Amino acid sequence: MPAIEELTDAYERYVLNNEDGFVDEFRRRIRDFGGRPTPLQRADRLSERYDTEVYLKREDLLHGGAHKLNNALGQVLLAKYMGKERIIAETGAGQHGTATAMAAAHLGMPCEVYMGERDINRQRPNVFRMKINGSEVTPVTTGRGTLKEAISETMRDWATNVEDTHYVIGSVVGPHPFPRMVRDFQAIIGEEAREQIRERTGALPDSVVACAGGGSNTMGAFHEFVGDESVDLLAVEAGGSSLAVDTDEGVAPNSASLSTGSEGVLHGARTKLLQDLDGQIVESHSVSSGLDYAGVGPELAYLVDEGRVTPVTVDDDAAVEGFHRLSQEEGIIPALETAHAFGYLHEHHDEVGDVTVINVSGRGDKDLDTAIEETAKRDVPNAPDMSMFEGGL
Amino acid sequence: MSDAIDAAFADGPAFVPYLAVGDPDYESSLRYVEALAAGGADVIELGLPFSEPIAEGPTIQNAVVRALEAGMTPTRFFEFVEELDVDVPLVCMTYYNLVYQYGDGEGPRPFVERAAEAGISGFVVPDLPAEEAGPLREACDEFGLDLVSIVAPTTGADRLEKLVDVSSGYLYVQARLGVTGASSSVSDRTGETLARLDGVDLPKAVGFGISSGEQAATVVEAGADGVIVGSALVDIVAEGHENGDSAEAVAERLETLARELKRGALDGYGRRTPAPEGTSD
Repeated sequence: MPAIEELTDAYERYVLNNEDGFVDEFRRRIRDFGGRPTPLQRADRLSERYDTEVYLKREDLLHGGAHKLNNALGQVLLAKYMGKERIIAETGAGQHGTATAMAAAHLGMPCEVYMGERDINRQRPNVFRMKINGSEVTPVTTGRGTLKEAISETMRDWATNVEDTHYVIGSVVGPHPFPRMVRDFQAIIGEEAREQIRERTGALPDSVVACAGGGSNTMGAFHEFVGDESVDLLAVEAGGSSLAVDTDEGVAPNSASLSTGSEGVLHGARTKLLQDLDGQIVESHSVSSGLDYAGVGPELAYLVDEGRVTPVTVDDDAAVEGFHRLSQEEGIIPALETAHAFGYLHEHHDEVGDVTVINVSGRGDKDLDTAIEETAKRDVPNAPDMSMFEGGL
Repeated sequence: MSDAIDAAFADGPAFVPYLAVGDPDYESSLRYVEALAAGGADVIELGLPFSEPIAEGPTIQNAVVRALEAGMTPTRFFEFVEELDVDVPLVCMTYYNLVYQYGDGEGPRPFVERAAEAGISGFVVPDLPAEEAGPLREACDEFGLDLVSIVAPTTGADRLEKLVDVSSGYLYVQARLGVTGASSSVSDRTGETLARLDGVDLPKAVGFGISSGEQAATVVEAGADGVIVGSALVDIVAEGHENGDSAEAVAERLETLARELKRGALDGYGRRTPAPEGTSD
């Protein structure tokens, strides 16, 4: 708890009040090192296919290949301002771990990343990227070896080494001030998108669509639009193989905590969770390990309760189709997380209005192995012949 | 407040062991808790297993997994407490989501009511910050139960005040930073932390890393009113389980270590320099 108080104080001083020019330095580094602003691109072929104006916010073009750098760079820089000497982070798909490893290397801080053993096996390219950037990658073998166990393990490290260590949490989750602070670092996505779409079309979009796991790209894309009541905010969750939750077995074959979860307390936040009737957290599932988390950011849960954000779901099959469609039709290989947003667009293009902005939260290089495997498992109508890849890359 | 817990700390240093309930199975666990009482426990902390035990190190994490796999639930936990044949106050150690979801899922009251009925005297909830403890504190007051807060070596003066405001029974003083787990030495910071708590009018029980009678003696000599021991006891359960030992044999080992720890606490008390006249302690 003292760590939380210290962090809250630092967040208020540096992030909210720009003490010592923190925000100026963050903006400079996220531009020069990170490559901001990212483009807002009109997706010509998708626009034609769906008879609606589709604009892509290209966070996949941010350094590292995902929106994650916005937050990682912000927090590693904050840790430096706080005088911390060591960075720790957890990662699911590896995008946050990679972004943190890059930010730590960029700012000269030692970094250790906790990652579920199962995710290490699913996401090897990102494991290599973290190591190449000089970070240690520590496998987490407790539980099912995925993101929630990695978060618990990183919290344990933080509790032990809090005096010299900062925990760069990877999403808008965890105890205050993390959800707000991560949102603030990610809000640059929506801030740019809002300005860019107005330049391009002279108006606000009818909707903004973003995939939601923990919810950091979602909150980043939505935050600047929350006050624009005319803009629909659609959070696309991983419907997995089914929306049913087996409370006897403690398994949810999805990661749709906004759509199917209930209120509870996990990792220091009150939010919507996938849990059984006793309050035990159940194992979630998604074809995308980046969405595979039993909770969701508390602010996003609140915006859903308030009716401002609409949660929707896309199942594994539609996500894999979305992956192939964006790759073939726009030449953009999306992360499997992002592919959920395109699965939604395909199934519900009548519901996004005349102009929609879709957040391309990350690129799919890390997911190629998973995509090959998942495509082989099912009948994907728009997939190319993948037989030459059998056995992996 | 629970008179039983007050009484447990009233005469000399209290020995407060912990076990995860249902580890490795319901029946064995009953005998293990009873063995701790036979070994001299003054208060027993009963861990109600939660799927995400973020305050625990590997020893207790594994115990929690074993207990959950063997079918432990909040409902079974309360049955367990009712079935226990021990004559010491029992404290339920668990995580807030289980407390919050019990009954109507609308707050902690149904959980506290059921706990009181089963014979629980207090709670330790490591993931509940003082700022959010109001509803649980109120329910505890209504049913006469204690709410024990955890004080870390890094807890500052302002925070300590907030913690003490919502606490009763005793304070759980962390001997070191980090998570639960037995260790071979007791941190030097224990004495410092206890000194900072000098003006607080609640018994101070020190935990995290205590595994031997000598360590128990050291922390009591340093001023602790009690010692909390978890992982060292859970290790005995784990080893017995892995080796396929009988519950009887494991219970005996638990009772032996409990005796050593209790004796250590008493020895440490005896070693204390008598307070000079005119001081309050």
